[in-house]
Amino acid sequence: MTETALSLAAAVRNGDRTARSVVEEHLTAIEAREGDINAFNLVMTDDALAQADAVDAQVAAGEDPGPLAGVPLALKDNMCTRGVATTASSKILEGWEPPYNATVVDRLAAAGAITMGKTNLDEFAMGSSTENSAFGVTHNPLNLDVVPGGSSGGSAAAVAAGFASLGIGSDTGGSIRQPASFCGVVGVKPTYGAVSRYGLIAFASSLDQIGPLANNVADAAALYEAIAGHDHMDSTSIPLPALPVSSELDHGVEGMRIGVISELDGSGIEGIAVDVQARTRAAVDALTAAGAIVEQVSVPSVVYGLSAYYLIAPAEASSNLSRYDGVRYGLREDGANNEAMNIASRTAGFGDEVKRRIMLGTYALSAGYYDAYYGKAQKVRTLIIDDFAAAYEKFDVLVTPTAPTTAFEIGARTADPMTMYVNDICTIPSNLAGHPAMSVPYGVGDDGLPIGVQVLAPLLGEVAMFRVGAALERSLL
Amino acid sequence: MTVVYFTPDDHEPIIDPAIPEGWELVVGCEVHCELSTETKLFCGCQNKFGVEPNHNICPVCLGLPGSMPSVNEAAVEYAMRLGLALNAEVQGSVFSRKNYFYPDMPKDYQTTQFDLPTNVGGYLDLPDGVRVHLERAHIEEDTGKSTHIGGSGRIHDATHSLVDYNRAGVPLVEIVSRPDIHRIEDAKAYASELRAILLAIDVCDAKMEEGSMRVDANVSVRPLGSNELRTRCEVKNINSIRSLGRAIEYEANRHIDLYNSGESPNQETRHWDEAGGRSISGRSKEDSDDYRYFAEPDLVPLVPTDEEVQHIRDTMPMLPAARRTRLLDASSADPEAVDLVVGRGQDDLAFEVITAGGNGNSVVKHLTNNLADGTGQMSTESFVALVQMETAGDLSSTQTKTVLADLVASGGNPTEIAANHGFEAMDNSELESILDQLIAENPDEWARFAEGDRKVQGFFVGKIMKATRGQADGKVVNQLMQSKVG
Amino acid sequence: MSSPISREDVAHIASLARLSVTEKELDLFTGQLADILGHAADVESLDAHDVAPTYHPYPMTNVLRADVVRPSLDREEVLSQAPATESGQFRVPPVLGEA
Repeated sequence: MTETALSLAAAVRNGDRTARSVVEEHLTAIEAREGDINAFNLVMTDDALAQADAVDAQVAAGEDPGPLAGVPLALKDNMCTRGVATTASSKILEGWEPPYNATVVDRLAAAGAITMGKTNLDEFAMGSSTENSAFGVTHNPLNLDVVPGGSSGGSAAAVAAGFASLGIGSDTGGSIRQPASFCGVVGVKPTYGAVSRYGLIAFASSLDQIGPLANNVADAAALYEAIAGHDHMDSTSIPLPALPVSSELDHGVEGMRIGVISELDGSGIEGIAVDVQARTRAAVDALTAAGAIVEQVSVPSVVYGLSAYYLIAPAEASSNLSRYDGVRYGLREDGANNEAMNIASRTAGFGDEVKRRIMLGTYALSAGYYDAYYGKAQKVRTLIIDDFAAAYEKFDVLVTPTAPTTAFEIGARTADPMTMYVNDICTIPSNLAGHPAMSVPYGVGDDGLPIGVQVLAPLLGEVAMFRVGAALERSLL
Repeated sequence: MTVVYFTPDDHEPIIDPAIPEGWELVVGCEVHCELSTETKLFCGCQNKFGVEPNHNICPVCLGLPGSMPSVNEAAVEYAMRLGLALNAEVQGSVFSRKNYFYPDMPKDYQTTQFDLPTNVGGYLDLPDGVRVHLERAHIEEDTGKSTHIGGSGRIHDATHSLVDYNRAGVPLVEIVSRPDIHRIEDAKAYASELRAILLAIDVCDAKMEEGSMRVDANVSVRPLGSNELRTRCEVKNINSIRSLGRAIEYEANRHIDLYNSGESPNQETRHWDEAGGRSISGRSKEDSDDYRYFAEPDLVPLVPTDEEVQHIRDTMPMLPAARRTRLLDASSADPEAVDLVVGRGQDDLAFEVITAGGNGNSVVKHLTNNLADGTGQMSTESFVALVQMETAGDLSSTQTKTVLADLVASGGNPTEIAANHGFEAMDNSELESILDQLIAENPDEWARFAEGDRKVQGFFVGKIMKATRGQADGKVVNQLMQSKVG
Repeated sequence: MSSPISREDVAHIASLARLSVTEKELDLFTGQLADILGHAADVESLDAHDVAPTYHPYPMTNVLRADVVRPSLDREEVLSQAPATESGQFRVPPVLGEA
């Protein structure tokens, strides 16, 4: 087991280790295996060393270098970094250097974390395997033949491979939790609005949320605390500070009421693998053994989640991605007039999955179809929120598998979009409701690949969620 | 004042003499007003006209990936103030995205209000009594500006275009009227009354030539007596109130000509070509009306509280119509002169001078004729005193004008200035003896005057002015001459 | 059941979205989009006439910013990222018609 982020930070803060030595160690790890894994679109060697030296100077001067001082971090390449290429893994943004930092980037720097590089993702975060990248597939560090999940596959792989102690991902329909599950790490999607989206390249604005990836629950909690909290640059940001999750991790689950969503436990819908079902049951048993009261609960409308999601997310994306028109930044292909230039640039710059979703979303919003598709899907969100509310009257948190299967082989699901989309069936309801959810590794499947268990909580229910996550983690020790 | 109230689908036809006989003009206006806030609608960039290209830009108003809007509270307050000034209902509102591609629109969608605008309904009463009902007055962001380079500099034959995003994201309120306007003069009055309101409530500098107030006219015509709404064309690019009248007249005649030759106009956007005196088809694209509106997910709803709305009502400045009534009542001056004084924002002064004892007619006359550029160094007290001297006959109108000019230029006391000029009240007996002497010296001219030849009147007035060094009151001289003829 | 989306629909939305698609892509995308929309039939057929839509998962109102000027970006830094510039402005090919 590698050192935890918190132990690295403690060592740097008290002078036992220099941030430079920590960063150099991780750069060595990157050098050794990045060629096989392709977790990064950009390794920021010089910047990382410069940041490390700045942290070391702060320590030497007796200043507070921040709670994550010297901790190497992998940043998903859909968050803006001033003067450092930010691509969203799309050809249309190749080489684009933003003139500003995402809020989360500034907060990480203030916390002393060292950004090692920008990690690969499915183009514009649209995908569940990190195969839809303009800059190559990312391989799962645990088995190079399988995908790391997606869309935050690069960050999850970087953490799992020891390239970075912490990772930052974004989650629109499961894009942090599913790769966490596939790579055997912890992944958290906080409450919608808990972490500022300012500077996150938008996919689906009403669903997107930034969150942590880490090797353990305590590291994830510390990272959540570093990035969460109100930001006036994001009008949907919740006007509250980060919830105090770290201090509650050891409180256990004695007496907590935990519901297992029957629609997503394998009996309700097809496609949840037997080994995944088994590990979810094992997790439930462990929570029962730890003193929780566990029961089955029905959340009937979650079965509509996938359909609603694949109308809402593309609709918002179709609008969010209009700005890539070749006028102000990014790729431009020649055209006889501006419109022809727009078309040529967008056609050359976007990959097929992105085009598919832009067209789907354009259709869902277009005259005559809005009510049947986008409008109806927004009503499904209300139904899901209402059903969750009923469940949370009886339960503190809910539990499901994170993904229906373990990581699949590279190329196995690229031909048929629907087979890829069903990956998100368990994770999507939390995005539609805006609720927090996390994936905690809970053993391996028949193929030896990791399986994650998902813990769901109501709006701002992070404290209970992290407590349950920590209890699951302890039960494996 | 005749008050003409009507609704669009039930009214007596209103005839505009400028429109060919047998047809009724039907016009609705869409007016875009740039709010004079310090910053843009969704970001902290300066909202300022005439700055070097692309200096007031940031990630938000450039639509950079990852940027997010945050609503300017002043823009919302200004919009509500405007709504209340237009008798609209202020309601909870939601921003939406209007999706279409255009290079001067950085996100390739416009953040605007669609199904839930800040202001709904309302009306504007024109000075002649016509009431123009309003659909809505909603908040939206402005676009950047494209300059078309090469060819003749116009859009159709340009070799390329340059885009400046300084204006992108400037807050606008778009005021949409119902098609209640049936006379060109009413359309002009609507624009000019709206302009006066914008200035009065201080939300927009309303400079049509700079584009801070832009009037688009939706023009159609129908046979007189019909209540149908026929195909309309939206005429844009109108840069003055005069152009608005010309553009409507041209467009209405174009429609009538088409109908008369058995054709019909196409519903389209047209651009007013001021130099050519014609409207030109905007070549709108067939797809452009599928805007795929949906609620802006990056912003939350605006829900004004009753207290906020009441506060705006309570602090609403007096509006032009009320100002005109007040000055008319106080001055009994000519309504057109009153309009002018109110339009120049000098009615508070006029009202003050009249209340302090100045003759209303005289005050309004000086403000319209002699004080168009302001009152300069003159104090209100001096203005009052001067008008009183004139009314009392202590100064002739010519003398008053001279003293007024001095007061404006360098202030001071009107009595002293008049004395320094040697202006003293001249009694009629002195004037009469001068006139008698002139009659004696010029018997032929006087005979012609007596026979009714008014051309020689100036001859005598001039001689008297010369003899009195300009101190005689021309009006009094004229009366004296008349009385001598009998 | 008829397909929820036709080849012509796909061509139309591609043009709305300023994407060009080849004949072959048109067939492929039409099939795929029809498949996805077919799965969405459950949502489409749901009776939800009395359900209010959710636009924001965390309901808030009146999030406003004070009208205070903040620094703008450095123009040269912004223009350095543009595909083409001229005289401090973004240069684009000629524009057909007004918006």
